[in-house]
Amino acid sequence: MFDQLDALLLARIQFAFTVSFHFIFPAFSIGLASFLAVLEGLWLRTGKQLYLDLFKYWLKIFAIAFAMGVVSGIVMSYQFGTNWSVFSDRTGPVLGPLMAYEVLTAFFLEAGFLGVMLFGMERVGRKLHFAATLMVAVGTTISAFWILSVNSWMQTPVGFEMGANGQFLPGPSWWTIVFNPSFPYRLVHTVLAAFITTAFVVGGVGAWHLLKDRGNLHARKMFSMAMWMAALVVPVQIVAGDMHGLNTLEHQPQKVMAMEGHYQSHPDGAPLILFGIPDSEAREVRYAVEIPKASSLILKHDPNAPLAGLDTIPRDEQPPVGIVFWSFRIMVGLGFAMLGVGLWSLLARWRGKLYEWSGLHRVALLMAPSGFVAVIAGWVTTEVGRQPYVVYNLLRTADAASPLDAPAVGASLLAFVIVYFFVFGAGVWYILHLMHKSPHPGEFGVKRGDKGPIRTAGITPGPTQGSTDGDAHTLSDDRREPGDRP
Amino acid sequence: MTIDLTTVWAFIIAFAVFAYVVMDGFDLGIGILFPTFEVGPERDRAMNSIAPVWDGNETWLVLGGGGLFAAFPLAYAVILPATYPLIIAMLLGLVFRGVAFEYRWRDPGHRRLWDAAFTGGSLVAAMAQGMTLGALLQGIEVVDRAYAGSWWDWLTPYTLLTGLGTVAGYALLGATWLVWKLDGESQDHSRRLAKRAAWATLLLMGAVSLYNVFLNAEYAARWLTAPEIWFAAPVPILTGIVAIALLRALSVARHSKPFWLSLMLFFFGMAGLGFTIWPNVIPPDVTIWEAAAPERSQIFMLVGVAITMPLILGYTAWAYWVFRGKVGHEGYH
Ligand code: HDD
Ligand code: HEM
Ligand code: HEM
Repeated sequence: MFDQLDALLLARIQFAFTVSFHFIFPAFSIGLASFLAVLEGLWLRTGKQLYLDLFKYWLKIFAIAFAMGVVSGIVMSYQFGTNWSVFSDRTGPVLGPLMAYEVLTAFFLEAGFLGVMLFGMERVGRKLHFAATLMVAVGTTISAFWILSVNSWMQTPVGFEMGANGQFLPGPSWWTIVFNPSFPYRLVHTVLAAFITTAFVVGGVGAWHLLKDRGNLHARKMFSMAMWMAALVVPVQIVAGDMHGLNTLEHQPQKVMAMEGHYQSHPDGAPLILFGIPDSEAREVRYAVEIPKASSLILKHDPNAPLAGLDTIPRDEQPPVGIVFWSFRIMVGLGFAMLGVGLWSLLARWRGKLYEWSGLHRVALLMAPSGFVAVIAGWVTTEVGRQPYVVYNLLRTADAASPLDAPAVGASLLAFVIVYFFVFGAGVWYILHLMHKSPHPGEFGVKRGDKGPIRTAGITPGPTQGSTDGDAHTLSDDRREPGDRP
Repeated sequence: MTIDLTTVWAFIIAFAVFAYVVMDGFDLGIGILFPTFEVGPERDRAMNSIAPVWDGNETWLVLGGGGLFAAFPLAYAVILPATYPLIIAMLLGLVFRGVAFEYRWRDPGHRRLWDAAFTGGSLVAAMAQGMTLGALLQGIEVVDRAYAGSWWDWLTPYTLLTGLGTVAGYALLGATWLVWKLDGESQDHSRRLAKRAAWATLLLMGAVSLYNVFLNAEYAARWLTAPEIWFAAPVPILTGIVAIALLRALSVARHSKPFWLSLMLFFFGMAGLGFTIWPNVIPPDVTIWEAAAPERSQIFMLVGVAITMPLILGYTAWAYWVFRGKVGHEGYH
């Protein structure tokens, strides 16, 4: 009942599923690590308890998100070998070193300082603790640097030589490989995306607590900080996205054709299709709502510039249009919705109503998960848009898979799906639970040296971690004896 | 044996694997022994003794895998499909074990569930790692740069033995680590566990060594004929000395000595295995040179290792130092 094609399809589904799950966590923890560093820095500079409270509040959430990121990442680093062994053998000499650098410069850094960041405040003192937080934040960003270089090389491969055994071998310059043509754009766009994703989560949590109690100073601070990010960074992201698109047009024109839904070439000015239903059989976008010549204007900065369509590309080299077309619109649509929230918050701030307008708070709450959706939609655009190649124009996805039988890949896929939904579902639930509690003064613990634990209602003890309120994996300034439970 | 770049890389990967095995080994070992600890403070302290370091320990696994991909891409591309179900089982085991560190504190209502996930995940990961090692040692069929064996090649009595040996060995590391980090009744308990684990480990190591000799004529020749035997002989002799020292230490020591001795036991065990398969990276026929990445890749990475490895070892040691000493009843202070 299974043949080779099914094994390939299953392997692709498995990759897409596990990497999408994985990326959800880094998208959040890259931004959150930096946010935590900022909070701790502000605390050290101003000495204000408020910042320490917020730091502790988000640190607990970070610990869970990070653990999920780590375990799902380890799955990724082995998946190249298990399911894509031909890919691994062929690209190993070029991509392997970049991934090894990621381990050496990023993963060890994060992991080495994480323990101190989570548990070490009392043991190392404030300055050193802050240094550890910074190292974790820097580590997450370095991690993005290397893995995006790897991915970008697969999109725009340069600087290699072909080996006699079919391997891609590094050319004389590693610089060329690492800084391949699409890498700077992808790095900027993805790291900004991580910051934005975090900003909307923080803003959503702030909004939720403001809706319950406008006077909550902690909620006010988070909301305000997040809305500054939204207002300032989203516009930059839109510009970066536009530049990324132009870069893609240069190096991967088919992908842009699919994103735009251009089945046909337009010799004198291509329309921008806002919505419609791509029909790959009929080679047209049905019910299209379009702005004449706008696509040429955006992509070529000239309304009458000719734009080639998929009719210029052989059928077996075209990416699937429907998925790419839609995922691109989801991302861009959310980008503009985020911009709207940012502008609204500016208006509210200007009127002095940032903490009053409950409409804004409701929308911010609704938009809390928007970053995750945009990020996944963006990656789907990127990755599906480069099909049928895994190394662009050089190695087809179909030729990259392991010699495995479909039942083996199918069974492991099923196992991943079940385990991920169960384990990460629980993790997300715990995170939501933590977010649901309102941030408050004296957040889980108190100033150094002060031993009186502050207890919050409805939280359970983790006795030997020192604090009694279940925030066991956080700074345990307050100490308790075993058995000393509420 | 000439020292060329490929040889250097073989040793670097071996070092990463060794670092992983001993460091995550004691984490996984504690997971395996977890059900024998009393619910409550004893379990909490056992968990806390590794909570700040487990992530760093596990990173050596990523270096081992990532390093193999980079330095010996062919080996990576053959070994993983050949041991597919084991790798998947290991990854899933590590997922459960990794999240349990956080979840058990977050959700006291389901703490038993996450404790079970911690144990189950550790056990599965340890067993799968040991069996993968066995599958590699017993040889993998390669045709045209790809795995050419069948689905169940990895499942043999030999791999079951190596799997069990690894589980016992990790339990030994975990128990001796706890002897070091705990005190009072929990420490005595750990020492009793360590003794049993030590016997199990030694027996299984012996069995695997004997089996190796019968597994393959080449291995036998290597261990039993001159002149190789002169290089080989010190390994079992030193292993024996360490084993005796360990068993003696376990009846008296209250501190780190049993842990260091167990670590040496692992070191000699791995040295023996390395000697057995050298210079193959995929026994029986693919040598490290055949599987190696080109020189440019090796040099580029070597620069990275030379610069970062001292730093990594430095801050890792610092992180351990920060959390030194016995784990208190009230957590870190
Ligand atoms: C918060 C997340 C987010 C937001 C609001 C946007 N993007 Fe994006 N986009 C991503 C997150 C993202 C991403 C997940 O980070 C991707 C996937 C791969 C990549 O490099 O970035 C991406 C890819 C991506 C690509 C595909 C590049 C390629 O692989 O060839 C283009 C053309 C754009 N984006 C353009 C835009 C535009 C014009 C936006 C304006 C509204 C926009 N993005 C908003
Ligand atoms: C983290 C965000 C990422 C997401 C959400 C993502 C998503 C996807 C999806 C949906 C596919 C399937 C495309 C298809 O088969 O039609 C895919 C393919 C692939 N991606 Fe990514 N990707 C991400 C990052 C990366 C990175 C960083 C790498 C490289 C290091 C990578 C390597 C690959 C490979 C090798 C394939 C080919 C296998 C396949 O086609 O299924 N991906 N990815
Ligand atoms: C196929 C592609 C990918 C692979 C093979 C991969 C591999 C890994 C591995 C092995 C870990 C665990 C590290 C540890 O033990 O500490 C990890 C975590 C992490 N990865 Fe990925 N990764 C991929 C995609 C991405 C992408 C696209 C990004 C970001 C742009 C990213 C960013 C991170 C970060 C920041 C962490 C730290 C954990 C966390 O923050 O949640 N990864 N990844």
